Amino acid sequence: MTVSSLSPSTAAHGRIDWSPYLVGAGIGVLSWVVFVVVAAPIGITTAVSQLSGGLAVPLVGAEAVAQNAYWARHPMRLDYGTLFLVGTFLGALASSLAARTWRLEQVPAVWAERFGPSPLKRYAVAFIGGVIAMYGARLANGCTSGNGISQGLQLAVVGWVFLAVMFATGLLTAFILFRQPR
Amino acid sequence: MFPMTGTAALVLAVAFGFAFGWLLDRGRVTHYDTILNQFRFKDFTVLKVMLTAIIVGGVGVLALVDLGLVKMAVRDANMGGVLLGSALFGVGMVLYGYCPGTGVAAIATGSVHALVGAAGMLVGGMLYGFNYPWLKDTVLAWWNLGRVTLPDITGVPALVFFAALAVLAVALFSVVESRRL
Repeated sequence: MTVSSLSPSTAAHGRIDWSPYLVGAGIGVLSWVVFVVVAAPIGITTAVSQLSGGLAVPLVGAEAVAQNAYWARHPMRLDYGTLFLVGTFLGALASSLAARTWRLEQVPAVWAERFGPSPLKRYAVAFIGGVIAMYGARLANGCTSGNGISQGLQLAVVGWVFLAVMFATGLLTAFILFRQPR
Repeated sequence: MFPMTGTAALVLAVAFGFAFGWLLDRGRVTHYDTILNQFRFKDFTVLKVMLTAIIVGGVGVLALVDLGLVKMAVRDANMGGVLLGSALFGVGMVLYGYCPGTGVAAIATGSVHALVGAAGMLVGGMLYGFNYPWLKDTVLAWWNLGRVTLPDITGVPALVFFAALAVLAVALFSVVESRRL
């Protein structure tokens, strides 16, 4: 038995997890429902970038944000995408509370095994990763949800190019980060 | 009746998001370790969830389109932005340990580093907004194929793609399951 399989999260999860195939099928069925009922494919990052526009207001002024070519089209407001984001947060919160798996996690086991227990180190890399992931998601016009799943399931070229390229650079990054030091 | 708009759609947005967040957590993809171990080929949970979602979702949406109940919502394949953006996204996702959706869900389950990374996402979104006036005439305007699908560019019917995907998925997952990954 490896160290990570003894960690509290894994041990706790052994009891309550759903099969990943069931979860995937659930997301698939959810996408049928949203296509029919609201004609809005599942997506996350457009709402996040609208929030970024709101955050930019104190920095550059409301006028500059309103006149920005991007935020003029995607102003911060309580719209469908933003409320879907709120729902995603609430759903994961409810799931972890119901399963009694909610716990503060500063440094995950896989990270700690390779880079040690320092929270600051993890925070710094998570922050930089967040900046890069979001910038990339906007350039590509969607993230794993909006491009990978919602465009992928429509067999859109944009979805499959996204999946192939992001897995490739992700694998390369993981290889560099986690290769065994000689 | 459908598609719904206005207040009804806003209420449903929370409900649909709730189901999505619940599923992500029950699938363990709200955990850094699950996501990172996919990229290290030590755990195939992420691929199992995503491929199943794409096949189940895709076949259903295809049937709904054929029945005339829904319209496709295919986005532009503006390859300049997509290639550069996807490449950056893969790097960022592995450094962060989450994608934007699983990151938001992870915050709700108590991940402090997911919260710090989400602050980074807001900064990334801000940088993009500031750069957009320049990007839209350069990177985003390069090599736009329009709203094309794989069946459009290959002439192969969508059902054949899904059948092939299903065969590939079953083959991959039977190997993965036999090795308990």
